[in-house]
Amino acid sequence: MNKELKDSIPTDSEVILGILNNSESVLKRMYLAYFPMILQLIINNNGTTDDAKDIYQEAVIILYNKIKAGDFELSSKLKTFIYSICRRLWLKRLSHMSRFGGDIRDFQEHMHVEDDLEKQGDMDIQFSKMESALQLLGEPCKTIMEDFYIHNLSMQDICERFGYTNADNAKTQKYKCLQRLKKLFFQQK
Amino acid sequence: MNEYKLQEEIERYLNGEMSPEEIKQFELLRKENTAIDAKINEHQDFTRLLKQYSDRLALENRLNAIHDEIDVHTLTDELMVHPSWIVQLWRNHHSKISVAASVAIFAFLSVMFLTGKMTDQDSQYIQLRREVGNLKNKTDKINQKLTQNGRAERFNNTERFRGTGFAITSNGLIATNYHVINGADSVYVQNGAGKSFKAKVLYTEPQNDIAILKIVDTSFRNLGTIPYTIKKAESDLAESVYTYGYPQDAPHFDEGKVTSAVGLNGDSLDYQISIPINAGNSGSPLMDSRGNVVGIIQAKQTQLEGVHFAVKSSYLLSAIHNIPADSLTKRINLNTKNTLAGLTRVQQVKKLNNYVFIVKVYQ
Repeated sequence: MNKELKDSIPTDSEVILGILNNSESVLKRMYLAYFPMILQLIINNNGTTDDAKDIYQEAVIILYNKIKAGDFELSSKLKTFIYSICRRLWLKRLSHMSRFGGDIRDFQEHMHVEDDLEKQGDMDIQFSKMESALQLLGEPCKTIMEDFYIHNLSMQDICERFGYTNADNAKTQKYKCLQRLKKLFFQQK
Repeated sequence: MNEYKLQEEIERYLNGEMSPEEIKQFELLRKENTAIDAKINEHQDFTRLLKQYSDRLALENRLNAIHDEIDVHTLTDELMVHPSWIVQLWRNHHSKISVAASVAIFAFLSVMFLTGKMTDQDSQYIQLRREVGNLKNKTDKINQKLTQNGRAERFNNTERFRGTGFAITSNGLIATNYHVINGADSVYVQNGAGKSFKAKVLYTEPQNDIAILKIVDTSFRNLGTIPYTIKKAESDLAESVYTYGYPQDAPHFDEGKVTSAVGLNGDSLDYQISIPINAGNSGSPLMDSRGNVVGIIQAKQTQLEGVHFAVKSSYLLSAIHNIPADSLTKRINLNTKNTLAGLTRVQQVKKLNNYVFIVKVYQ
């Protein structure tokens, strides 16, 4: 595959299908295709390249989840959707940093995307709670939790990895860890 | 069933590790006991969140990996909107530029103010014809009285302005300033003996502020030889000069020096002279010590004391020269013999008396 073809912008339906099929190359092509647009938006509106990366990835995650959840309707161009999400996110962040001067320099057409952002915001709160809960949990509990609930390892595997004498010990340990994690998670506000 | 056991069962149930028999039993238990039901739901949600969280982490890692392939730096240079240098200059330095501009404006205004340039040029320069307000009031009163007495006839000759003029030929050509007779309905001249003659405006040069009148009154008799000549050459600085005119009803003499060969703002039309002059002096002859007319008194500057202006006599000569031939009954013969030269100042002024007139302007 030559470079031009690789870098070409995937069609909107290609992207949706690709994400649904977990295609790494489609995700990559889409990412590369639309990043310059967002970089342009951010750096010309008081942002840094890191801000652009953050905002863009957040938007891609929103798109990704929306497609995965199956409720993505292609009512507008994907490009417009991504631009609008980023624009909204950036405006939010600017006002949060009180760096927002009242007008934003636009480079693309955009649309209303408030609802998508709200859903994402709730999710992000849950995730950050989970992150800090796992952080507070410490080792070896954290790894046991990840191995069992995320990587779906069997108790037998875990038993061997951590050198427990028998699976029951490992199970007891896992139970205690889970209780602690739940406690840490729900304690947070 | 203790907590630990229950947890075990819930996990087995959710992971589908139970036999159909056990599932039936467990679901029965779940239906009966709402506490257990809530526990199951909670566990399910929590593990799902854990899973989603890890998915998110994985996705972020994938995106970061993709992102690392982008040459952000070059892209940034390409995409940055580069405004023109003047806009950049303004953005980077606008506070400094503003301060500098304010200082500059302030300095400019203060200099303008201090040097007096701010005030209107025209107001510095008043031409010296005299508005005869008191006379005007008097005639108004007379008119009123006349009307009260029931007499329909009205005095209507309101004298509005006054200046001075001087004879340039013996047959009654009189030189004065254009601004004295400007807008006149009728012009009278009055000699030193108090006799008035009707005159008409023969020729004007508004740009040089010169007017030539001609006495047309039938009672006018030849003046006799004009005793002075009009000097062609320009007078030198510091030359002693004097004037003779009618700032009031009686003739007025005053003397001074030529202080500058140029007038207001370097105007070469005028001399500056140090003779104190007043309204009504406009049109008076400016004489040098030998009795030559060197100029016509014209104006003064309001803001500076002792700065007065007189139109140079060379302009008067050129104005006389420019009078159209058809408006003259006969050629102008300017006097070429100066009979004042040998006389004392007192005798000169005495002689002048016959040739200097009050110019009265009616509107």
